[in-house]
Amino acid sequence: MANTTAISQTWKGGKSPFNVEYGKLMMWYFLMSDSFTFGALLIAYGTTRFATNGWPNPNIVFGSFPGLGPGHPLLFVSLMTFILIMSSVTMVLAVHAGHKMDKKQVVKYLIWTIIGGLAFLSCQAIEWTHLHSEGAWWGSNPFPNSDGSISTSNFTNFFFTITGFHGFHVFSGVVINVIMLIMTLQDKFEHKGHYLMIEKAGLYWHFVDLVWVFVFTCFYLI
Amino acid sequence: MAHSATIALQPGQKDPAVKEIWRITIILSVLTIVELALGFSMIGMPIETLHYFIKGVIIILMLAKAFYIIGYFMHLKHEVRTLIMSIGIPMLLFVWFILAFIMDGHSYNVMKNRYEPYYKEKSTIQMPPPAEEHKEVKPGGLD
Repeated sequence: MANTTAISQTWKGGKSPFNVEYGKLMMWYFLMSDSFTFGALLIAYGTTRFATNGWPNPNIVFGSFPGLGPGHPLLFVSLMTFILIMSSVTMVLAVHAGHKMDKKQVVKYLIWTIIGGLAFLSCQAIEWTHLHSEGAWWGSNPFPNSDGSISTSNFTNFFFTITGFHGFHVFSGVVINVIMLIMTLQDKFEHKGHYLMIEKAGLYWHFVDLVWVFVFTCFYLI
Repeated sequence: MAHSATIALQPGQKDPAVKEIWRITIILSVLTIVELALGFSMIGMPIETLHYFIKGVIIILMLAKAFYIIGYFMHLKHEVRTLIMSIGIPMLLFVWFILAFIMDGHSYNVMKNRYEPYYKEKSTIQMPPPAEEHKEVKPGGLD
């Protein structure tokens, strides 16, 4: 009967090894796993690109701006990039306002973040619609390689899969932010006494911005 | 910023955390603008050493942006060392991941070009210009 004393003991150690709340730590580990998913997709894209002789020129493929027509390389994607960076900034400001228990500021900056996310998604919808109208979709690539030779559909397959997966993350980020906004307006965090939930949503939102930095560079710039 | 909650601000005093947020915003914007300027400079450039050099610079700038987003916006730089390491060390796998796969892809292409003449020839066939009258015909979704 001696081993009945083997009841698990709660940890009473002095210093917390990570010094963050459980949920935040788990958010970090989730984002780490998610970065491997995105990494795998982008590395598959890079590998395919290195294993192919030609590749379409992104400055021609993504050379349109809504209302201005073709011949404006990088312009539209620059706009999308700045929208996402600015929405990331407003998210940091929302998190910061949360630390100060400033509900009004949290609400204000969360609304700006949601607007930024929706603006980015709209831009992506416009771009996808435009590319689709040119005949680009999964399995069909109307754009020749930069040397004019026949291209494969690898280009469009990777583009739609990766920007689509990223867009899905942006969409879920917007949904999370809307939930955070509703919870803030219902004073859920005021009653809890802290706005740590906003911080976790913020981590996810910054990760979405971070992934876009890589997607933007890999698809549009190089 | 996690620690800023403990610091009581004097009225009228500028919040240093907010100042830092804007400083990082400016750094990120400048890095993006430099990236875009380099991107524009590459348009129409022959694919030579300079072209690859600019691509390398863009990748370095991309990593710098990633550092600022993770370090300051995601606040990892101000977390305890254990947390930084438990996130950072697994990320080192990417060094192998990227090098191994990209080098493998490159070697595949080199060998294909060397041993399969048709593969090389096929990649020089020019794509015919799109016929104007078929422009309305949109290829369907996934069919």
